[in-house]
Amino acid sequence: MLKIKVKLYATLSSFLGDVASGTPVEMDMPAESTLGSLVELLKLPLDEVKICFVNGHIVELEQVLKEGDEVGIFPPVGGG
Amino acid sequence: MFFVRVNMTDRTFKVEETPAAYKYLGGRGLTSNVIANEVSPLCHALGPNNKLVFSPGILTGTSAPTSARISIGGKSPLTGGIKESNAGTSWAADLGVMNIQGLVIEGQPAEKGQYWGISVIWDGKPKVEFFDATQYTGKVLSEIYPAMYAKFSDKVSVCSIGMAAEHGYSNSGVVFNDMKKRPTRYSGRGGLGAVMASKGLKFIVLNRAGAPGMQIVDKALFEEGRKEMISALRTHAVTKPKGALNSYGTAVLINILNEAGGLPTRNFSSGRFKGAPMIAGEAIFESNKTRKGKEVYNHSCSPGCIIQCSNTVYDAQGEEITSCLEYESAWSLGADCEIDNLDDVALMNALCNDYGLDTIETGTTIAVAMEAGVIPFGDSKGAINLIHEMGKGTPQGRILGAGTATTGRVYGMTRVPVVKGQSMPAYEPRAIKGIGITYATSTMGADHTAGYTIAPEIMGVMGKQDPLSSEGKAALSRAFQATTAFLDSTGHCLFIAFAILDIASGYQGMVDEINGVFGTSWTAEDILKQGGDILKVERKFNEEAGIGKEADRVPEFMKTEPLPPHNTVFDVSDDTLDSVFGEL
Repeated sequence: MLKIKVKLYATLSSFLGDVASGTPVEMDMPAESTLGSLVELLKLPLDEVKICFVNGHIVELEQVLKEGDEVGIFPPVGGG
Repeated sequence: MFFVRVNMTDRTFKVEETPAAYKYLGGRGLTSNVIANEVSPLCHALGPNNKLVFSPGILTGTSAPTSARISIGGKSPLTGGIKESNAGTSWAADLGVMNIQGLVIEGQPAEKGQYWGISVIWDGKPKVEFFDATQYTGKVLSEIYPAMYAKFSDKVSVCSIGMAAEHGYSNSGVVFNDMKKRPTRYSGRGGLGAVMASKGLKFIVLNRAGAPGMQIVDKALFEEGRKEMISALRTHAVTKPKGALNSYGTAVLINILNEAGGLPTRNFSSGRFKGAPMIAGEAIFESNKTRKGKEVYNHSCSPGCIIQCSNTVYDAQGEEITSCLEYESAWSLGADCEIDNLDDVALMNALCNDYGLDTIETGTTIAVAMEAGVIPFGDSKGAINLIHEMGKGTPQGRILGAGTATTGRVYGMTRVPVVKGQSMPAYEPRAIKGIGITYATSTMGADHTAGYTIAPEIMGVMGKQDPLSSEGKAALSRAFQATTAFLDSTGHCLFIAFAILDIASGYQGMVDEINGVFGTSWTAEDILKQGGDILKVERKFNEEAGIGKEADRVPEFMKTEPLPPHNTVFDVSDDTLDSVFGEL
């Protein structure tokens, strides 16, 4: 198992229960888990998952997670 | 279409047909060409030889969605170069409906301290009437706007300037009414408010009653284009109803830029702010929900906008603190000053609106003053006080009102985040290289809207590009800058780009709308070329003003101080920066 921190933002935040947007939640994942498997576990609608960060870097769903990773997941956002 | 010229030296006006050379221009394309043709690049920005040009976009005043933008052009007292600053407001649409393609304010009155207003009405063609406005000076804008509606009618649109402009600050905007007649929609950047004040002009009131409306040559083509544009805006996840912009406003970007390590914090010394979630769009939404007892979705800044991204921030009693608190403002007055108190940030925003200050320049200036030790970082009450000092025009306030670059010089600071004298907006060049290239090379000084590479670098709009890499970013910035110069000429809000860069039929819709209005047969390539031509005109003006490629650089500290959390510097070479315009 590996411990990671997950933050969900904007319209996705309700998928972690009753926490404010961006609140880090600790999770245990099987070793060699990918970001995609985390998205599946959290039951995030795939068309709402637009930009994913691991430790501040934008990554794709194939990214393999490591112990201590900080994950941030955003729906489509824009502004200026 | 008409050109209205108002001479403030003797308070006279002329109405003429739009000159042939300007027939197919609007918005930024028109303002930049008139300034380049008629204003000496070496004139003093606040002297009699500068001009202020107002132009609605090509589509402004038509039923094209999200198209009520007004462009203002002039020589900027902040950058010393050409400036175009635009805003969304009914005032823009009214100018289009009154068939005024260009409103040019010229000259300067000999009488010091005296101000006039002009009222533009329709009398078979546009007609200008002058009125004494000196009694309205020295007051906050929220106090004098109701007086204008009482004096004329509640059907007019009102443009004005605040006390910041009356003080001659390089940080002073031109304000327009929002949909609730509040003075909140700003052409904020570059100090054009001070240019308007230097001409003794306090108000421009538009009364569109009886005006004929916009002329459209090919109505069927226009309608076709308009439908495609509406469809793109209603479909795209960013711009659709209850999508990110409509729910959380532009401040939805606070968290994603923070996550990317690109949210400038504590006067551009970090890319992350611990208090970011407290000033983010989601926090505004949740706070409003609690305080109003229901979900509050955003409203439009101008008639005909279907994106509707403008928020309102309510206090604990459910009373309005400010509208609208944009991403840029929440960041500059919040993260950059290490302030995480949302209510105080909202109050600072309201004060900027009341005094006529640009929120970006104000926040970055206060952050530099904080680093200089004037007040501590995070001191929101102290920051509120400094904004009052600016409004009152105290010696301290005047230093700050001159902008971030001047404040840095007065206090002997080295970490001063400006390009060509204009302060940087809410994206860190060391963490997002493309936007840094735009800041460095834009004809406007540091300006995110001039070439918003954030779309592919952070949002995944029009593909994905690694923000930390500089590879290919000069070409990316060049393409965005050229496209934007044209978008700023259409009257469409820049936010349509999120939809039309991803949805090709929406892009074609914009082309069709424009061809419909003019009866032309331009292609997408023609448009990109026109955007490039506008940039070249602006660039030439700047070079003749003494602002050449040597000014296309970010401040030295960004090349030497690594920025946490990625610990990267701005590593784009001067040759690469020079290629942006060199290869245009």
